[in-house]
Amino acid sequence: MSFISYLINGLSLGSVYAIIALGYTMVYGIAKMLNFAHGDVIMVGAYTAFIAMTQAGISPVASVAMAVCVCTLLGIVIERIAYKPLRNASSSLAVLITAIGVSYLLQNIALLVFGENAKTFQSVIKWKGISLADGQLNISGETIVTIIVCLIIMTVLILFVQKTKPGQAMRAVSEDKGAAQLMGINVNGTIALTFAIGSALAAVAGVMYCSAYPTLSAYTGSMPGIKAFVAAVFGGIGSIPGAFIGGLLLGVIEIFSKAYISSLLADAIVFAVLIIVLLVKPTGILGKKIQEKV
Amino acid sequence: MALLDVKNLGISFGGLRAVNAFDISIEKEELYGLIGPNGAGKTTVFNLLTGVYKPDSGKVLLDGKDITGKKTIEISKAGIARTFQNIRLFKKLSVLDNVKTGLHNKHHYSTVEGILRLPGYRRVEKEMDEKAMELLKVFDLEKSAHIDAANLPYGQQRRLEIARALATEPKLLLLDEPAAGMNPNETGELMEMIRFVREEFHMTILLIEHDMKLVSGICERLTVLNFGEMLAQGRTSDVLNDPQVITAYLGE
Amino acid sequence: MSGMLKKMSKNTKNSLITYGIVIAAYIVMQILISTGSISSLLEGLMVPLCYYIILAVSLNLVVGILGELSLGHAGFMCVGAFSSAFFSKCMRDVITVDIVRFLLALIIGIVVAAIFGILIGIPVLRLKGDYLAIVTLAFGEIIKNLVNVLYIGKDSNGFHFSTKDVLALDMEPDGTVIVNGPQGITGTPKDATFLIGFILILITLFIVLNLINSRDGRAIMSIRDNRIAAESIGINITKYKLMAFTISAALAGAAGVLYAHNLSTLTATTNNFGYNQSIMILVFVVLGGIGNIRGSVIAAVILTLLPELLRGLDDYRMLIYAVVLIFMMLFNWAPKAIEWRERYLRFGKKKKEAVQ
Repeated sequence: MSFISYLINGLSLGSVYAIIALGYTMVYGIAKMLNFAHGDVIMVGAYTAFIAMTQAGISPVASVAMAVCVCTLLGIVIERIAYKPLRNASSSLAVLITAIGVSYLLQNIALLVFGENAKTFQSVIKWKGISLADGQLNISGETIVTIIVCLIIMTVLILFVQKTKPGQAMRAVSEDKGAAQLMGINVNGTIALTFAIGSALAAVAGVMYCSAYPTLSAYTGSMPGIKAFVAAVFGGIGSIPGAFIGGLLLGVIEIFSKAYISSLLADAIVFAVLIIVLLVKPTGILGKKIQEKV
Repeated sequence: MALLDVKNLGISFGGLRAVNAFDISIEKEELYGLIGPNGAGKTTVFNLLTGVYKPDSGKVLLDGKDITGKKTIEISKAGIARTFQNIRLFKKLSVLDNVKTGLHNKHHYSTVEGILRLPGYRRVEKEMDEKAMELLKVFDLEKSAHIDAANLPYGQQRRLEIARALATEPKLLLLDEPAAGMNPNETGELMEMIRFVREEFHMTILLIEHDMKLVSGICERLTVLNFGEMLAQGRTSDVLNDPQVITAYLGE
Repeated sequence: MSGMLKKMSKNTKNSLITYGIVIAAYIVMQILISTGSISSLLEGLMVPLCYYIILAVSLNLVVGILGELSLGHAGFMCVGAFSSAFFSKCMRDVITVDIVRFLLALIIGIVVAAIFGILIGIPVLRLKGDYLAIVTLAFGEIIKNLVNVLYIGKDSNGFHFSTKDVLALDMEPDGTVIVNGPQGITGTPKDATFLIGFILILITLFIVLNLINSRDGRAIMSIRDNRIAAESIGINITKYKLMAFTISAALAGAAGVLYAHNLSTLTATTNNFGYNQSIMILVFVVLGGIGNIRGSVIAAVILTLLPELLRGLDDYRMLIYAVVLIFMMLFNWAPKAIEWRERYLRFGKKKKEAVQ
């Protein structure tokens, strides 16, 4: 019974990773950059919802909506100010280091505004969940809602990218920026839209994550952020279904490591998975191979 | 015996046969041209010869030694050096250091000698400096020796790339569109330099070029590629008058 | 004298200026300390200053000279710190001459960090760019995590290891715990001094600067500037990448030795050996100028001392670092900013080039 319970918890955590990984993978696919600050957008989303609920007394659903708005805006602003000027820089390290700077900036603003002490996040989900097998298997409301939300987001996103005009523009830009521009696609707008969607998802992920693990501090986003990147790489960076599969697998691996090996080593195991994946199949489970032109 | 002997070389990317049944035989000290329309597979041939790609058929012999499918570094050591269509210099290194990097495998001292500045370091570095300056003089670059390669004018960057390739003391030099982007004046100077390099260093040269004036001016023999297939091969004047070649270039 | 200076290459001159600055700064600080002109708090920062400089210079070897972003530098520092502290604690009563024990610990720390550099470098250096950065980060975190579950004890039967807890060491009653999991190592002799740190900085600079200005250094930089061209002239990419990475790791190990022997308690936390520390060192490198060794030294000094000199700014310190980091990257790398700089700030240089 405990095995099933661990599995469900793993899938729930994995769903959060998958939602964050979607943001990473879309941005990487289109802007060809590793947005290191993505994890910290999660933290901003969680704080926004926290403030909305506790200080302003807004309902949980409205708080989530607010977090989504704030993060969407934040994502667009970050892209416009910090990343766009470096899009054609001679070294790809430049934008990566800048992204690290943005991550640092968000963390330290949060430290100044909210202080060093961690806040206790109130779950946005009031439902107690379900109890199966005579109470031997309890599944919390957060767990169920997280998995469902993740499935909905995945489906909507795949439909969006496949069926809509802006979605097609995204695919075109990710294939070839120059050609897309020549075909009359608004490349800047498309990249901004990608950051907007990624950041909105980060806000949702932030709220879901903190509902399950209620400690909220300036550093809350960095670890899940890095792990979600691992998930994105695991599934094959640039691939939306890949991010989903990678996220779920990673969540399950992490929970099983905590349960059966050692909670202190769980992070190390997650990172070891990343290293092995990158060395054995650098393009991930569903990724494509890219060769450098000579 | 020919210096470079290539038989039935070929490679496919996905379903596309980029180069097929490519044969070439270049004599010592010959100046040989490889021409053809854009996308004909010329640079792919260079990439096959230098080990950037592994051929899926054929054989490459350099000076009688089989170098088919060897790694780039081994092929460089075996004696093939090249330049690139889109210039690839070490931009943040000085012009002199670009050439000295080319001398890397011919002049040795150990890491420890280098860090501790032992006599071996001083002696070999002096040798390298002299050798590199000599090469720079050939290409009229000695005045710019100490500026960063990135700050050189375009035409001089192309020449520096040739100097760096020569520094590896190759048996065969591959030039990929050496005159691309040059004005007629610069192209004329370049032709002189290529001729001079051949005489002075007894170099065998295979070059890709679109500038027909340069090709007809300095190449003794030509091979024409079209859609990865060999269209014609032989003495320059014969090949350039071949109706098939004219059609390929000018269209029907 | 002036004739000699003229004959020297630009690189040699630059190196001499760097040594000069470091030596002058050391002498000034020593005078200030001996006359009691600086606070004890600032005096206590001297050894940290030394290891930060070494870390910044050694990271610059990978980021600026090899051109790959490593985010696991603190991991190598961690390895150097723990291996040397372990040695010093074991030998505390065996080798009683402090300096001999410290030198041996230093060698151990450097060698172990170099071995980790090779072991991690071989797989990692097959990757490029973002992937390399994230995998170095992963290795750094793994090292930190592993140290936190490591228990080593010693009794009359020899060493005992465990990854569980102290009881699992199963020692005789006379046994002592040397490495105690998350509590780390306590009672390391405080052998590190400002003078030792200063000498280590000079050695670090000597190794890095001489390496850069040698045959091997050119090979490393050629990989940075154009890997494909470097391969085409027969440079062994793997060998030189590994060389730069390993030397960098070894020097970070030396910094770790200084760190461990400056504190009586050594633990591995997010702040000292985690990813935050690696980023901190990266900030030094970026602010000093990527690839500019002297810049790394100066940036490390300023960023370590500034917050102490401007105590009031302490809350905003990290915030300012972040803003400056972003600004510096945009200013130095954005194509538009480069264009702007060339138009408005480089008149002098342009004229000079025209004369040539």
